[in-house]
This record gives sequence, C-alpha cells and structure tokens, in this order.
Amino acid sequence: MTKVLDVLTGNPVAKAVGKQLGVPQATELRRGRTLPTGDVVLAVLEGSGATGNATREALKSLRVSPVEAVRDVPAARTTGEDGRAVPPAYSTKIGALVLDATAVATVAELEGVRAVLRPALRALGASGRVIVVGTAPELTDDPEAAAAQQALEGITRSVGKELRKGATANLVLVSTETTGAALASTLSFLLEGRSAYVSGQPWRVLGAEPGVVPADPAAPFAGRVVVVTGAARGIGAGIAEVFARDGASLVVVDIPAAGEALTKVANRLCGTALQLDITSPDAGAKIAAHVAARHGKDARIHAIIHNAGITRDKLLVNTDEDRWGSVLEVNLAAEIRINEVLLDPLVAGGLAEGGRIVGVASTSGVAGNRGQTNYAASKAGVIGLVRAEAPLVADRGITVNAVAPGFIETEMTDKIPFATREFARRFNSLSQGGKPVDVAETIAYLAAPDSGAVTGQVIRVCGQSQIGA
Amino acid sequence: MAQARNAVIVGGNRIPFGKAGGAYASASNQDMLTAALDGLIARFGLSGQRVGEVAAGAVLKHSRDFNLTRETVLGSALDPTTPAYDLQQACGTGLEAVIQVANKIQLGQIDSAIAGGVDSASDAPIAVGEGLRRALLKANHAKSASQRIQAFASIRPGDLAPETPRNSEPRTGLSMGEHQARTAKEWEITREAQDELAAASHHNMARAWDEGFFDDLVTPYRKLSRDQGLRPDTSVEKLAKLSPVFGKGEGATMTAGNSTPLSDGAALVLVSSEEWAAEHNLPALARFVDAEVAAVDYVTGDEGLLMAPAYAVPRLLARQGLSLQDFDFYEIHEAFASTVLSTLQAWESEEFCTERLGLDAPLGAIDRSRLNVNGSSLAAGHPFAATGGRIVASLAKMLSEKGSGSRGLISICAAGGQGVVAILEAV
Repeated sequence: MTKVLDVLTGNPVAKAVGKQLGVPQATELRRGRTLPTGDVVLAVLEGSGATGNATREALKSLRVSPVEAVRDVPAARTTGEDGRAVPPAYSTKIGALVLDATAVATVAELEGVRAVLRPALRALGASGRVIVVGTAPELTDDPEAAAAQQALEGITRSVGKELRKGATANLVLVSTETTGAALASTLSFLLEGRSAYVSGQPWRVLGAEPGVVPADPAAPFAGRVVVVTGAARGIGAGIAEVFARDGASLVVVDIPAAGEALTKVANRLCGTALQLDITSPDAGAKIAAHVAARHGKDARIHAIIHNAGITRDKLLVNTDEDRWGSVLEVNLAAEIRINEVLLDPLVAGGLAEGGRIVGVASTSGVAGNRGQTNYAASKAGVIGLVRAEAPLVADRGITVNAVAPGFIETEMTDKIPFATREFARRFNSLSQGGKPVDVAETIAYLAAPDSGAVTGQVIRVCGQSQIGA
Repeated sequence: MAQARNAVIVGGNRIPFGKAGGAYASASNQDMLTAALDGLIARFGLSGQRVGEVAAGAVLKHSRDFNLTRETVLGSALDPTTPAYDLQQACGTGLEAVIQVANKIQLGQIDSAIAGGVDSASDAPIAVGEGLRRALLKANHAKSASQRIQAFASIRPGDLAPETPRNSEPRTGLSMGEHQARTAKEWEITREAQDELAAASHHNMARAWDEGFFDDLVTPYRKLSRDQGLRPDTSVEKLAKLSPVFGKGEGATMTAGNSTPLSDGAALVLVSSEEWAAEHNLPALARFVDAEVAAVDYVTGDEGLLMAPAYAVPRLLARQGLSLQDFDFYEIHEAFASTVLSTLQAWESEEFCTERLGLDAPLGAIDRSRLNVNGSSLAAGHPFAATGGRIVASLAKMLSEKGSGSRGLISICAAGGQGVVAILEAV
C-alpha cells in the first residue's frame, strides 16, 4: 500500500491520477547550505511602530543583494482582456521574500503585508521562502500594535499552508535591540536549504550580540567540541553527521548496549565514542571527564545536544510507575542533572562560556498524544526547561533552546503501522515526513557560535504539521 | 635494566565474550577482531590515524587467516598505512603481544601500538584428513590426466573423515583438563575450594558489570552486551551439583563449572609512550613494568602442564626486587579454578619453592581479597588469545582508579607448558 501511494505521488502519469484522488503531492525539498535559485526579494514596510535596520543589515552581512518587492497597490494594476483588474507580477520566479514588518503598529498598516505577499506568493519558486520579520508583540505597550504584530503569526501560518512545492513561511520576531549581526544566522538558516522542514513557525531573536561569527561559514564548529547524546542511530546519528560536516570535534554518547552502532558513528565522523547511561547520577561528570581527557584539560564543551530519549507507550489507564518514571528519567531528569554539572564553571570539561545547550522536545510535547502521556510529559518538560534555564545563563553568553521534531523518517517510524504512518507523514503543509538531517540542521543553527541572540526558543521541525499547530 | 622510556597502557577494548556456538557462532576471527579494533578506535578517537603497529593473534586459526591482523587493520577505521603482524603463544598470545609492543615502545622503535588477540571456538578450522590432503596436493602437482587419476585413486574411505582441532597436547595426547586434573590431585586441591573460586569469579564479574566497570572496556557486538557465560546467580551449592568432567573416579574434582568454557571473543589494548599519550590527550593508566615467560617440561619431567607461571613469577620478582606481597591486585588467569589454586599453593609450599625454584624460602600467601577482584576467565569465558588483552586493560583501569604507584601482577598459563607473566604499575 505504501508502494501504491509512492507511485501515485512519484510517477508523472500516476501523479495526475493521485492528484485527482486527493493524495497530497510531495516535492523533493531543497536541503543543505544552498540558497534559493531565484532572487531574494526584500520589502521593508513603513509603519508607525519602532523599528531597527536589522533585516537589511543581516542580508548585507550574508552578501545577499535583494531586489525590490512588487506591491499590489491599485495604481500598479492593469486591466486584462476580460476587463478585470490584473495585479502586478514579477517577471521571473523568485527564490525568497524577506518581509520586514517590524514597523507595523496598526491594523490598517497590515494592508502593506498583503500587498507584498500577494504577488510574491504567485512568483515563489519550488522550495522558496517567505520570511516575515516582526516585532515581538509582548515588547509593545500599545494594544493595537501588539494585535497587529500578533496578526503576523496568523498570516505566516496561513501562508505556510497555502504555499506549495516545498516552499515554507516562517516568522522571526525581533526587538529594536536586535542587530543585523544578531539576526544574520537566523536569516541564513531560513534562506538556505537547512530549514527545509521548518514551516509555519514563529520564534524570537531578541538579543543584540551574535556571539562569535565563524571565520569559515562552512565550518562554524571548527575547533569546537560538540557532545551529542543518543547518537548511535536515527536522528542522533543524523545530528552528529551535520556537526561533523560543519567541522565539530564530536563526542558521541549512547547507552553501553548501543556501543556497536555508536562505534560506527564515531569512527565515520572521526569523533570519540562514550558509552554511558545518561540516567546514572554521575553522567554529567563522566561527560565532562571524557572531554577533559580527550581534548585536553583546558578544553570545554561548545554545545551539548540532549537527543537521547525513549518511549514506553501505553494508554495512561495502563501506565504503571516504571513506564512513567523511566521515560521522564531519560528524557527530562537526566538532562536537568547533566546541565547542572556542565554549567558549573569549575568543572573541567564543562560547558564553555558562550556555549550552547539544545534539547529535543517533540510535537507530542506540544500537542499531547494518545498513549504517550509519559512521553508528552517529558517532552513538554523539555520546553519548560529551556525557557526557564535560558535567562539564568544569558549573562554568560550561553543559550538554551530546543527543537520539537514532528514526523521524521527513521528506522523507528518505519515500524509504525501503515495507516498511522501515512497519516502522520502527509498531515502537514509539505505533505511528507522530514529527515533526520532536517532536525540536525535546525539544532546546528541553534548551536552555531553566531546564534547567540537566539535563546529560550523552541523550534518545531514538523513541516507545519497540523497536529498541535 | 636501562630503559629508554616508559610504555604505558592507555586503555583497551573487547567485545563481550560469547559461548562457543552462541552469539558469535557465525563470526570469524577477523570479524571479531575488527569489531574490537573499531571499538577501540572509537573510544580513543583514532579514526583515520596511523598507529605504530598492531600486533595480535589467534590460537585456532584458518590457513586463510595467514595475515589476520593486517587484514583486520585494512577493514578497520585505522589509517591503512598502519603496519600489523600476527603472533601466537597459545593462551599467552594476548599478553605476549602486549609485551612485544611495549618493548618496542620502550626502545623507541614505535610510539604507539595496539596489541591483543582473538579466538573463535565456534568457527574453528576443520581440515581434511591427512590422506586426502596428500592426495589432493599430489593431484594439484600432477602434470598429466593419468597422474591426476592416480592421485585421486589413492584416496581411501577413511581419508574422508575431517580433522578437527583438538584441545589436547600433541606430545601427550591428553587434554588440558586431564593434565590439570593430575596437577590438582598432586596439590590436593579440593572440589569445594575450586567451586568457591568459580562462584567468586562470577559474583565479582557480575558486580563489576552492574557498577559499570566495563562501560569503557567493552563494546557490544552482535546483540551481546555482556559476557554470555556469566552466571550472576550461581552459587557454591549449585556448582557442587555438577559432575566432574576431568580426572577419574573418587578424586575427580574438576567440573564444567570450575573449568573455563570454550568461548569466542576478541580483546585489544592501546599501548604507547607517555609522550604520545599526552600529545593525543589520552590517559596513561598504567606503566608496563616488566614481563617474564617460563616453560616447564611437562612431557618427560614431572611438572604440571599449566604450572609454568609458578616459575615465571619468582624470576620476575627477583629481577624487579619485589616480593609476592608487593601487589595491590593479582590477575591470575582462571584456565581452571584448580590452576589458580595449585599455583598459589606452590608459592606457599616450602618444598616447591626451595627444591624446584631454588629459593631460600617460600614466596608466601597472597591477600586473596586482591585476587581477580572483577572476575576472570571462569566468569568471562576464555577465547584463548583474547584473554591477555582482557586482563591487561581491566588491570590497568583498576590500578589507575586505585592511584599512582599501585601495582598489579598478571599470570597467564598456556598450552605447551608455558607461562607468561607481567607487572603493571599505575602512573
């Protein structure tokens, strides 16, 4: 049956049939460090709100030369042969629209958003990008300004659902403090194929300091130690892979029983393997000791990625304390304990000043899931943790963030019953499951040395799943 | 003895040992040695790097494995320009390999090395009978069809029976167990003492596993994440119920419970100069101090097959100016429980020490609480050439945890009446 669906969405003739049958069509997504092929269009809206120049400066630092946006204003319309008004159009396909709406502070000023989006959506190419930059609504005292800014979220999410052919729409919320340098890593991530499976998401970039801008943009982690837990297979191995590609010195961690698979990951990526049960009380100390032992006594961790996690699914009415406790222990309590140790500046091999902590939550943690109460509890807990921990370490330049993956194709999801899997796989704006690399790219963006202004955020990597949206 | 520099044990890696015909039934020596090597590379971040050399061996070896260790290196994550060779000294292979590379490191010929061994009792080579072999060789060398037919015609039905490797001494025809049964009888080693030692081995090793001691010494392989023959719930009472398998009649004391089972597995140790370890940000757990190998005449003489370590240790102690009591840990390979016990008894025996060793007084007793504290071969299993690597890596870790200057003694008996012993000392 999977084959039938694949045929209906793959083969061109059958694709037409599939379309008639209403099977959502999946497009091969643009991935990796690749910019869109078409022009990047920039529109900076005028408005009565306070705004900075971050968007323009960020694009400049990324060496992107944007072109002017086409605006659907009455004066720009022409009359068609049938006498109806024809909106202005781009002469060619465009690769991305970057729409700075930070100044929008009234309901009326939202018209400018529509006027820019209308022609751009029509011209957007495959795997194109709509990036809306707004002002975080909570930063304004004016209720109408807050309402107008909140409206951007509804607009972006709806645009994400309207877009086709692997195009995405996301909303970045900034403050007047946000500098171009602080925003650059986020815009780079969103424009490039690295953000392939992130759509319909709002997140905040409020700080002024970017952290350290890497000398080589293709190897941002060169000379930096990155620890990935649960790295023996699946998403964890994918995360390790991306960090290795980007130059990191890797420490891959997994339970001793997964040692054979962990060995292969470590050797392929020229890292070191640490067989460790993260729930053991001294797990944090062992990670730090390994880093100090393998990378020199003065070495510190640039980033720790808390990817290790387990599921023990059962309806809550059938869940005993072991099933409950083991999931919370591995997915949440261990992470809290390990952070505590690594954040101690006196621990040799602990987290560096300006370091990064990235947790892995889940759409189940956002939306809840029948039969996964324990798992949802642990993953929602991760969201609470990063939000609470981020401000506590902000003065040390350390950021704490999380990703919340949706349906990601792994060996684990291959075992989900067919109907459930097909539903989960296609029930999102991109009509397909994500790949481990999509989660990994988002984590690497959050962990990047120049993403210092991004903290306390949870980014869903779910292709704008309808679940918990 | 002038030493240019120290050789240190950086760490080790082994795969869990499997029962013969068990988890690794379809794994070859090369498969297992590669798994152990890749695990070691991953633990110490050596992927793509060149190591001074890799020395390892196997006791039971297929003829196709003539270059086993080099082939293993080529199939591993190491830089393929890493040289390698095989060596073999029966059950002493793994330790002899460590001695060999440590000596080279001390001499400055190499800076780093990986040493150890592998054995499969499951994938043992089976050869064609001698008659068939000769006929096939003759046919192969034949120059004409008639010569070839003549060669094949010489094959008799009896020649078709395969030859399997035997766990027996070629010169006596006796199995190792039968040899040891004689020694056990001579030293009056009781069944109870043997069963106690066996139970302690299982209990010690089970505790070590539970405490995570092996987390950085073992990498799981083929779904095995602990030693397959380990029986945490065994007891002296349970062991007492087993029937003897070696020796005859009333006096027979050796059972399957207090003798090591045939096993599959591989173990390797990373050895280097102190400078190399420091340059690579790797630990120096223990210094390789010295080693000695002795052999006894078990064929025409009156010494037991597995008693050679009883001779090697006093020679090593004399050279190092140490007494038998100067050690924090003793690792005496448990080929059989009675081997350990008869060796210890010999060192306590005035008669043995004065008459056979030529000493003035017995070496004396050891503190038994320091013996095989994390279990040994009775619990782990004994893939012949892998045992040395298992012991060296475990002991080096124990010494490092115990603290600088702590000292450990390794004693391994081997077929052919040989004994390989060594001293490690925490850096």
